Amino acid sequence: MADIIFSLAAVIMLAAVTISFIRILRGPELGDRIAALDAMTIMALSGIAFLAHFFGRVIYLDVALVYGLISFLGVIAIARYMERGL
Amino acid sequence: MAVLEIIGSLISLMGALFLLLAAVGLVRMPDTYNRMQTGTKATTLGSLLFFIGVGLAHPSWWGKILILIVFIFITNPLSSHVLARALHFIGKDPLLKRYSDGSSRDDLAADEKTGRTGTKSDAESGRTGTETETGFGPVPAGTEGDAR
Repeated sequence: MADIIFSLAAVIMLAAVTISFIRILRGPELGDRIAALDAMTIMALSGIAFLAHFFGRVIYLDVALVYGLISFLGVIAIARYMERGL
Repeated sequence: MAVLEIIGSLISLMGALFLLLAAVGLVRMPDTYNRMQTGTKATTLGSLLFFIGVGLAHPSWWGKILILIVFIFITNPLSSHVLARALHFIGKDPLLKRYSDGSSRDDLAADEKTGRTGTKSDAESGRTGTETETGFGPVPAGTEGDAR
């Protein structure tokens, strides 16, 4: 019962990642694409948490933490590039 | 135990629905600032609910899940703020005219002015090549008189 609802939540999360990828493909400017990329990485953090639940390994949460840190640094770097150039 | 798993899976389903709402808002919103706010707020709440659901299913994982929740709650509004600030500095106007004409005040105007003169004086000092003694401050000494 619980596994079915968790799998349904993961499928909805994958649909959300796919829909937000449309904004990356046809965003008119750089800011739209970076906002969509930020949202996609936070959704992928939830996906990694689902994988940790599915395989029963707590070490995957460390992967989620490092992935969130790297995506945060990437967004900060691209925003600084947009503001005043490299 | 099984009851906690079912409650956690329902909370994770609610979080996934919030993530889906965030994705639909990213596609449907008309402006860059609107897309940014709907892609940040709903995603923060959705990932929070998803992590709480996983933590209810596995009660011995609460330490790392609390670290993840605090990390996302610190960094996600911060990255959105930095993006919106950069978009405002490069002159991106909002879609609605009542936010973009001269009637509304601009709280970041002084900051924008010092930032732009700072980069310009950095370029000039790099061009002359010798006068780099004011290079380590965030605002060079010549532009403070202009700001006041």
